[in-house]
Formats: sequence, C-alpha cells, structure tokens
Amino acid sequence: MSTTEGAAKTAVANGTRQTEITKLDRVVIRFAGDSGDGMQLTGDRFTSEAAAFGNDLATQPNFPAEIRAPQGTMAGVSSFQVHFADYDILTPGDRPDVLVAMNPAALKANIKDLPAGGTLIVNTDEFAKRNLAKVGYDADPLEDGSLDSYQVFKVAMATLTIGAVESTGLGKKDAERCKNMFALGLLSWMYHRPTEGTERFLREKFARKPEIAEANVLAFRAGWNYGETTEAFAVTYEVAPAKLAPGTYRQITGNTALAYGIVASAVQSKLPVLLGTYPITPASDILHELSKYKHFGITTFQAEDEIAGIGAALGASYGGALGVTSTSGPGIALKAETIGLGVMTELPLVVIDVQRGGPSTGLPTKTEQADLLQAMYGRNGECPVPVLAPQSPADCFRTALEATKIALTYRTPVLLLSDGAVANGSEPWLVPDIADLPDLTVEFATEPNAPEGGGEGGGGFLPYLRDPETLARPWALPGTPGLQHRIGGLEKADRTGNISYDPDNHDRMVRLRQAKVDGIQVPDVTVDDPSGKAQVLVLGWGSSYGPIGAACRRVRKLGHSVAQVHLRHLNPFPANLGEVLAGYSKVIIPEMNLGQLAMLIRARYLVDAQSYTKVAGLPFKAEELQNVLLDAVKGVHAA
Amino acid sequence: MTAVDLGLPQLGGLDLVPTTDEPQKAKDYKSDQEVRWCPGCGDYVVLNAVQSFLPTLGLKRENIVFVSGIGCSSRFPYYMNTYGMHSIHGRAPAIATGLAVSRPDLSVWVVTGDGDALSIGGNHLIHALRRNVNLKILLFNNRIYGLTKGQYSPTSEEGKITKSTPLGSLDHPFNPVSLALGAEASFVGRALDSDRKGLTEVLRQAAAHRGSALVEIYQNCPIFNDGAFDVLKEAGQAEERLIPLVDGEPIRFGSPGPDGLGEYGVVRSGFAGLEVAKVSEVGEDAVIVHDSSHHDPSYAFALSRLSTQDLSHVVTGVFRNVERSTYDDLARRQVAQAKESKTADLQALLRGKDTWTVA
Repeated sequence: MSTTEGAAKTAVANGTRQTEITKLDRVVIRFAGDSGDGMQLTGDRFTSEAAAFGNDLATQPNFPAEIRAPQGTMAGVSSFQVHFADYDILTPGDRPDVLVAMNPAALKANIKDLPAGGTLIVNTDEFAKRNLAKVGYDADPLEDGSLDSYQVFKVAMATLTIGAVESTGLGKKDAERCKNMFALGLLSWMYHRPTEGTERFLREKFARKPEIAEANVLAFRAGWNYGETTEAFAVTYEVAPAKLAPGTYRQITGNTALAYGIVASAVQSKLPVLLGTYPITPASDILHELSKYKHFGITTFQAEDEIAGIGAALGASYGGALGVTSTSGPGIALKAETIGLGVMTELPLVVIDVQRGGPSTGLPTKTEQADLLQAMYGRNGECPVPVLAPQSPADCFRTALEATKIALTYRTPVLLLSDGAVANGSEPWLVPDIADLPDLTVEFATEPNAPEGGGEGGGGFLPYLRDPETLARPWALPGTPGLQHRIGGLEKADRTGNISYDPDNHDRMVRLRQAKVDGIQVPDVTVDDPSGKAQVLVLGWGSSYGPIGAACRRVRKLGHSVAQVHLRHLNPFPANLGEVLAGYSKVIIPEMNLGQLAMLIRARYLVDAQSYTKVAGLPFKAEELQNVLLDAVKGVHAA
Repeated sequence: MTAVDLGLPQLGGLDLVPTTDEPQKAKDYKSDQEVRWCPGCGDYVVLNAVQSFLPTLGLKRENIVFVSGIGCSSRFPYYMNTYGMHSIHGRAPAIATGLAVSRPDLSVWVVTGDGDALSIGGNHLIHALRRNVNLKILLFNNRIYGLTKGQYSPTSEEGKITKSTPLGSLDHPFNPVSLALGAEASFVGRALDSDRKGLTEVLRQAAAHRGSALVEIYQNCPIFNDGAFDVLKEAGQAEERLIPLVDGEPIRFGSPGPDGLGEYGVVRSGFAGLEVAKVSEVGEDAVIVHDSSHHDPSYAFALSRLSTQDLSHVVTGVFRNVERSTYDDLARRQVAQAKESKTADLQALLRGKDTWTVA
C-alpha cells in the first residue's frame, strides 16, 4: 500500500472503538470469488462509493466467458479490481494492495499478484478440504504458513452473513448469497467509505423482493459492524478526495460512454439512429444501453446475425438515418463485405468493434488490440475506412461523436476500435456541457446538382459528383423527387454512379475513394514531454494509454525524460505524426498484439520504431512498461 | 420476462406511401440503363410485368425502392427508374429491413433469386418473413445458378447434371413456398413468368398486403436451364399440372368437366394433408374452397406440398394472406410512444443519477 510522504497516523474514536487511521494517497483492492459470488457487483458498488467520495478511480473487471463454470474451480474465478486515489490516476493498478478471496480458487488464482506485506482477507467458510482439493491445495494455505508474508485476516463471512440475516427468514442458500455484501461492508468500514448509496442501491435493485433487499442491507451492515467491533482490525485507512479539474463528475464505463456518444450523435445530428447488431461479448452492453433510449429517436434492431445487423444499419443510412453497428472481432470478420458495400456506396455508417482476445472465438471476456489490421485492411479490394480508438472508458464518448462526424461528413463507414478493458473499465467522467458538443447536422441532396444534364434521362442528378473539399458524394434519400438513382456494389462510373467496367474509371475510382479517406481532417497529435529533452518517444493507441502514461510518470519521477504520444486516429494518421516521430532518436510502440501499429508506422514513415508487445488478455502493467522505457532511455544514453 | 401486447390497427401495405394523381405509364419506370440479361431470359418478362403494374398503384415514383442481392435477377434495380440498391449476395432482406424500419413512407421491394434468397441469404429471408417486415420479396426461381454459369441451385431437382455436379446433384431441393410458410410468412404467392395476368394479380395482392410478402416467380434461364418450366406452359400439359388458387373458389384444375370446371380438385387427405382427386369420383362438395386468409398456416402448407420437384403438379396464386403486426410498424410505435412519454434530455442523461462536484 503506498502512503503519502509522512503518512499521518492518528488514533481516533471510530464508532465504539479506538482504531488507528492511516492516510494513503492511493489503494488498489481486488475482490475475487466464484462466478456466482457477485464479485462484479461488489466491485462496482465499492467503485460507486469511491466515486461518491470524490476519489479518482479506475477499474478492471476480469471474469470467465462461462456464465457459471463449475463452482469453486479455478476456471470459475471472477474478480474486480478498483484503484482509487487522491490524485488523477491512469490505470486500474498493476497489483492489488488488498485481496479479498471468497474461496480457495480465488486465493490460488490471485495470490501471486499480491505483493509481500499486502492485505489478504479470506472467507474461511469455503476452505473445507473438498474445496481445497478441487484447486490442488494439499494443505490448507491458511494454516500451513505459506501466507506468512501477507497480513491475513480470516473471516467466516458465510457464517456471519447467515447469522446476520436470520431475521429475514431467508433460507440458508439465499442468506449465504449475501456474503458479498458482508465483504463490501467490511471493506467500506476499513476505508471510511460512505454507505448510504449502497443501501439505496440495494433497496432499488431488489425493490420487487423486499426480503432479499433487507437481507443484503443487513449483510452489508454486518460487515461494517464486524470491522468496527472485532479487535482484528487495528488500522483503518483514508484516501482523500482527488483534486480533479472543477466540474460535475460521474463514474462511467466505456460501453456506457460509447452508447452515450451515439445518443449525443443522434441529438447533435438531428437524425434518427438505427443500431443493427447481434449480441456478442464484450459489446452487448452497447445494445442494452441504447435500447433504453428510444425517446431520443434510437431504434435498436437485434438482428438474426452479424451480417444482418450491419445490413440493416446500412439500409437505414441509405434511408437517411444514422446507421450504427456494434460487435467484437469475430463480428467484424462477418461484417467485412457489408463494410465494403458501404465504402462502395459511400454511405455513412459507424462500426464499433469492442476488441477481445483472438483469433477465432479467442478469449471473449479478455482484452486485446489485435483487430487493428483487420479494421484497416480486412476487406477485399482497396477498401479504405477511417479508424479511431478511444484511450479510456470516458474517452469513448468523445470518440463516438468524432466517428459519427467523420461518417456523416465524408459519407463513409468508420471503424471505432474499443476493447474489453476500455469497455468494462470505469473511471470518473467530467460530465460535458451539451452546449460544447459538436454540431453534426447534415444536408441531404434536394435538387439536381448538374443543371447541364448528364444525369438520369438528361436530368441533372449525378449521385457520384463529389464535394470538392471533402470528396463526399451527395446523400440523396429515397423519397426525394427527381433524384432517383441506383447504387450498389459494382464499380461506379465517376459522377453518374452507373455500372462501369472501364479500366481507367476503376483506377480513378479506387484512387478517389482512397483520397477521400486520406483527406479526412484529423487533429494533430500533441506530444507530452514535460522536460522537452526526451530522446525516447513512446507511441500508443487505444486502451494502453493508461499504463503507458503511468509508466511515463514513473520514469520521469526517476529523473529521466520520455515523450508520450497517443493516437486516437489510426486512419488517417494525424498530419504531423511523421514529423513528430522523426524528432526522436528512439520510438517505442507498446501494443497488446504482435506489433500491428508498429508495422503501419514503419511502413508509412520509415521510422525504426521498436515494438513491445504482450497478448495475455490483460492490460499492460505500468511497472512492466516502466522497465521497458527505462531500458530504452538508458540505451539511448549509453549509445 | 413479461410479454407486452403490441397489437396495432391494421394498415394496408401502401397506406403510408405518398400517392400522386399524375397518370403514370410503364415507360416512366424504365431507367436509361441498357437491360443486359441474355436474350430470351424470363427476367425481361417479369421486368415488363412489374413496370406495367407499378403505375396502377399510383404511388410517387421516388417513394419506391428496389433492393436486390447478387445474381442475374438482382440487376433488376438498375433498370427501374425508382430508387434502388444492388447490394451483396443474400443480404438484400437485411438491408431492406433497415430501410423499411427507418422509412414508413417507402414502398420497399426486394428482388432476389433462388441462390441469393435460399442459399447464401436463407437466414435473412426466414427472419424477414418471421418478423413480417413490410417488404415485397420477388424470388426469381430459375432452379439454376446463372451468373456463375450453370451450377445447381437449392431449388434444382435431385440428380441435376450441371458443371459442378457431373454425376448429378445430391441435395434435396427447397420448396420456397413451403419454406416461407414454415417461417410463418403472412403472405406467400407463386406465379409463372409467362403468365402476365396471374403474376400481376399476385403482385397486386402482395402490394396491398401489410407485412412481408414472398412471391416466388418461376423464371426460365434460356442459357443454363432452358425449358425448365416448359411443361407448365405447353397446351395439353399445363392444365393437367397447374393448380391455380382463387380465393372463394373451389380448387379445380385439368380439362373442364361437365360443370365447366377442371376435372380434378383438391380434397382433404389423411391427418392434415391435401391431395388431388378426380371430382367425378369424390364429388363437388369434397373440393376445398380456397381461403388465403385462413389463419392456420398448415392449410397453406398442405397446399404447398402439392407442388412436386418434377412439376407434375404446381400450385400458383396466393397461398396465404393473413393479417399480422409488422416488425417495422411495431418498432416505430415503440419509438413514438417513448418520445411521447419521456423527454429526450441529453444533459440529464449524461449527468445521470450519481454525480459529485469538484470545486
């Protein structure tokens, strides 16, 4: 547990008992249990309490793809890590300071991440011989001394919970299920967290089952009281509110922020939205969220498959709505042909890929950044699409608005590459003032655009006559008199859009479609180099922003200089990127893939960028990137 | 999960599509693009029939959209002076679904073929039909792959010798009408390309129907499957094989008997089936009087089973035409009701319930 310098320790009356309070600047807690133990809910509630208290925070859920793997097994372990602090933090934390293990499997799966001296809180009720054997413990780790390097608190959470909720008359099984709230209550006590929010939440969540609501509240209070009344815990901890930029904050996950970005796009464009999609982990929450906002003019269409999802979205765009589709990597593979049709017909379309571990079905609930090249090139023919990636959960909002803006302005499918870490992670979000959101209104074609003729029947509409600035073609909706035209996947003749097999026309159209995407205006990258003396640049994209940023801070704290650039726009690259890269003697690109951005950068700018890659299904740790950057910095000085 | 009654007052198929008083001619529906089907292709006949039929609807031409997939017939939209999209293989029903949901003011037609609709796009077809999206789906069935030059299709008869099946095809074919009825399509019809009158009548009823209408059109491919339907067109053969359906009339076919109607009739058979019988043997009263609005799809399904692979019998006309809520109407109503009952306050949404303020 890291403490602020000269951590203040004071003994104060904490309720009925004297405990010592230690002030900390940040804490990482990991709740781990069986898939059925409610660890995600527990972590989520603790996070809400931290948010309500005003800490900065970042979270990382980690759960298996199986809904309920066999009980008590390693395969069924689900965990939720929350990092909260009194300053602006960038990651959910490399390692927990506190591990809550609800059963032997959770202990075994997570103990290696707990640093020596760390706090371990164990639900002893699950440590029966049979459960120990299930995960290969020959002896009880709580007794055999193997945990001696940790500060271990053994709590019979299930027994205590069952006792605490007895008055509700719930059966033993239902009663025991409340033990996650006991754990939450205990941790809430330890960290001086507010409790009203959780009690209110529980009563709302179980409004239809008042006895369940009551039992959860009782278990939660019992956990709190256990901390307060037993002598086991001598120290409690305080993490002061963070000094963030002024404003109103809320906690938000990436998928919710992305959904809000689509809602905001509907409002700012004044267009109806049709989300055509098929459920897939970890993107389904975007569908769930958007299905609630019909009053914003959002239609959600749960299609028969991935292809129908994007097909309906494209059909809606053809009709003048904003078509959106959401999926993960396997779905992008299925949607590729329709993205190609969108490129050929030059219609707006937002394609959201919440990346997960691949290839094939891969690791549905784990994160990865390995769809970049699929997003860039995974279609037949020369088929360019703009590609963007959010760098954090809250950043999904702005990225969604930007993706929509590009799609509408340039009449093109746009690929937005989120990932599992961003999608399920959460952080505080400075709620934007809607007056500051971009104007996304569009103009549909209403009049013939070629009075001299050349269009249908000598009339004057040329569906592929381009805007000289954006190279976008007119968006002429069915129902507009006089602009009847036909579009499709066959090569178009320049201007008229009629079928054309002319070799020169094809060459021209391929280059025009590429030029349109290459010409998209994207903001220049900004370089973060506080010293201005860095010779090493670390370049990243997407969700690795947090760990890269945290690693840079650490390296700088050690007295070294390192510059950070993070890309939101992967296609086209920002105009100044090549020049920026050329200004450093070493460029490091960390990615959760085997070097996909590095390949693009090397090919495009002839820069000898070095890749640092890891594809473990988990985000980078700040510590490992710190070491990579330190090596690079020292290497430059040595040379 | 609780179910919600989504009942809607029944509209006609085109009730929300703007009309015009200006007289229209078939010529108005011809685009300036040269029609490039092979000489003698049945698609020409269907194109002409559709171009002649559409003016009778009196719709604004710009409010009609043809969406197609891939295949010979899918070039259809290019030849129509309406809006149109020639999309990708098999996906036209999905694209048209998105369009129909977004735009109640459009008359949306899907043009597809036996390969496009029943092979690569089979999934989209059945789901469009089950949802009952307000689409008119014209399935041109030539029982062969034409654009790829002559492989067997999912409607080719068993044992078909083609380029890809030199020893004969092994697959059992789909009966597209049975398939559509299995998906609980609310409207299913069948016509022959050569029968302009019969085709136009099925199209007329399909257009008036609110919901998905599947119209299977037997269509000759003169290059790769020439004469596939000749037995249905030859005098002396046709009347023995074709079983035309007319609502409210007994299902009779064959050479006229003493009462002036066909010598054969369709009668009940077994547990829930139908069969062909000589009226003189079973009596007039045993012959089924056709009712396409019969709610139970098993009646229409039994009718569809009278058609055989070898075309010894082929039923034509409208098998089923029942009222059922359409997906697109319901989807729009949910949005409209949500808009009425809730204020779309973006700022409030973004702020949410739990916020904290940093001064």
